[in-house]
Amino acid sequence: MCGIAGIIHTGDEHAPPSAQLLQAMIGSIRYRGPDEFGVYRDRNAGLVHARLSIIDLSGGQQPMSNEDGSLWIVFNGEIFNYIELRNELQSLGHRFRTQSDTEVIIHAYETWGNDCFRRFNGQWAFGLWDSKNRKLVLSRDRIGVRPLYVCEAHGKIWFASEVKAIFSDPEVPRRVDHRGLDQTFTYWTSLAPVSLFEGIEEIQPGSVRTYERNGSHSDRIYWRPQYSDPKEQYALPMADATEALREKLMHATELRMLRADVPVGSYLSGGLDSSVVAWMGRQAKKGSFQTFSLRFDDAEFDETSYQQLMSSQLDSVHHEVVISRSDIARVFPDVIWHTERPILRTAPAPLFLLSRLVRQSGIKAVLTGEGADEMLGGYDIFREAKIRQFWSRQPESVIRPRLFERIYPYLGRSPNQAKGMALQFWRQGLERAQLPGFSHEPRWFTTSSLKKFFSSDIRQSIGANPGPDVLSSLPAEFTAWDPLAQAQYLEVVTLLSGYLISSQGDRMLMAHSVEGRFPFLDSDVMEFCNGLPADYKLNILNEKYILKKVARGIIPDEIVKRQKQPYRAPDAISFIGPDAPEYVEEMLSEHALKESGLFDVAAVRGFYAKCAAKGKNAAASAAFGNSDNMALVGILSTQLMYRLFVSGGRPSPGDQCTFTTNIDRVLEHTEHATQENRL
Amino acid sequence: MNTTKEEIGLKVKGFIQENFIFNDKVLDPQESLLGSGTIDSTGILEVISFLELTYGIHFEDNELVANNFDSIAKIQSFMMQKLGGAGS
Repeated sequence: MCGIAGIIHTGDEHAPPSAQLLQAMIGSIRYRGPDEFGVYRDRNAGLVHARLSIIDLSGGQQPMSNEDGSLWIVFNGEIFNYIELRNELQSLGHRFRTQSDTEVIIHAYETWGNDCFRRFNGQWAFGLWDSKNRKLVLSRDRIGVRPLYVCEAHGKIWFASEVKAIFSDPEVPRRVDHRGLDQTFTYWTSLAPVSLFEGIEEIQPGSVRTYERNGSHSDRIYWRPQYSDPKEQYALPMADATEALREKLMHATELRMLRADVPVGSYLSGGLDSSVVAWMGRQAKKGSFQTFSLRFDDAEFDETSYQQLMSSQLDSVHHEVVISRSDIARVFPDVIWHTERPILRTAPAPLFLLSRLVRQSGIKAVLTGEGADEMLGGYDIFREAKIRQFWSRQPESVIRPRLFERIYPYLGRSPNQAKGMALQFWRQGLERAQLPGFSHEPRWFTTSSLKKFFSSDIRQSIGANPGPDVLSSLPAEFTAWDPLAQAQYLEVVTLLSGYLISSQGDRMLMAHSVEGRFPFLDSDVMEFCNGLPADYKLNILNEKYILKKVARGIIPDEIVKRQKQPYRAPDAISFIGPDAPEYVEEMLSEHALKESGLFDVAAVRGFYAKCAAKGKNAAASAAFGNSDNMALVGILSTQLMYRLFVSGGRPSPGDQCTFTTNIDRVLEHTEHATQENRL
Repeated sequence: MNTTKEEIGLKVKGFIQENFIFNDKVLDPQESLLGSGTIDSTGILEVISFLELTYGIHFEDNELVANNFDSIAKIQSFMMQKLGGAGS
């Protein structure tokens, strides 16, 4: 787990990439891999690497090359099946110098070319430089667990794990991409290749981009989520499928526990998914096992009792951190420095503090339950869609919508006013039940209503040049899938890739040099889950049905049977009131709003005043509805992003890293030339 | 006190403008407040509480359906009925 960056010159008019610039680039993301730093440089390319040593501690230094020194790689992540691939490649005649998974990628690419990616079971982002053919290959794992960005201008290509490394070059312009902003205020994320910054592209998850000698490039998608055809009979009865899932998950967890030369711990949320993963992790390896949990001052968000129940069942060394509203507000600018994009909820902030605790406890890698809800139909959005689908068949029914009380028991107890309004909300768009996107319309609609705060310039710019819509690039088979599979697909390509696994995942973990490992995102587990019939996953309205069967008997019944609690943290209320940090007022000031030009100054000032007034009310946290919460967090994080990356930016700590691996073919060449001149 | 439909419309419009729109965008009185994304379901409750406080009235549970509050025009007619009914 690491940070990577590089510069390629496609023309010959430029001087070789500067070593100082490469150092600044990798220095800006040194937290991704503070153990070792390495650089490779030739006439046309520079690659840099910051290493978090987890596999082959003594031999895995990067950049690394093939036998004849023509291919060079910088790699962030893990290929968990590298031992199997290594054996296969050895039998084909390849020789290996190290025990690392990095070397396996190089030989796999040499042997199988673009077909190598589908063979990898892992989480990766890498840049591979073919110095002979002057070709650059950039690839990311299926879901996009590891980040990768690229920028092209003036005959140069920059790439890096994070945008801030690319911005280390003053030559790269810094501007907000309005399409990325518009997408964020619809889907909660920009949709790769669009990013939040003009001219910067995000490499799409599950794809490989190849730059040729002349600078032209092509993208190839090697994987997208694929679901079974509901018309085909599924082979396995429930009991057999449960056993198969248990085996696959166990294997995925073992790979993630054992393929590390450092101890691996686990997060424990108190819910089903992380409990299953932690239990399996505990089985996979003898010895002490460390678990980590978030607790909240606000009882509404706290799950302590379940976490403690599970940790005592596991007999783990358990660590916890208690999060208050003021903690969230205090670290929020640091959180945005790491997400590099706006977020609509504060939920990443506590995870920023949790990874710090992990690091302080001496652990470099953790398992988490991320991905289970997407793979096995765990979210409320899937259940809502199913009820709305059922309701749409008889829209005048007053009985059908009562099913919402099953998934939201509070509705049954609510005054009629709240219930009536909620039903009115879910009723919208019932007539579109057969169209793609039906499941996600309520979320996209609610989020899009925040665009009323955009400035008129931004609205005009988006109107004239809208970004691609997620529904415009669906796979051809999409409409043949079951409605649950359709909703799962949309959830994976938007929220999972762009928000949960990045803003709330990799970015928060790597901020404190911790690697996340996700058994539910194992490629075999994903394929298996995607092939399951819908009712094995969402049975009537019982979510993650098959996973509960796997869990029964191994984790406490209280956890298997409990009502699912979505992970949330205090949102708008964290930034309101007498204890709010000064930067909140500053970022939402007329001056700062005018400076960014992204929002309607009067609208935001009016909204902020309303929030401040609500904050004086004792029952304040209840007073902020979903839209208020998203609006305040979204606007504040956008303003912070603008200040941190566009108008200001922090000084790069590039001089703090010293290269222990230094392959400099430019100097070698120059020295050689100088010697020749002397002769 | 004789409250006219126009007065109610102006007051409600002003409240919505000040608390949900925050600028001088022209509000179409027929437009669905929920359906246009102007107000979310929590926001509608704010409108309802504003009406109760402003006019010193109380809504019964069975009156609190979206159909009575989902546009300025709907609020106007429902309020006329409510106030008229209360006065007679």
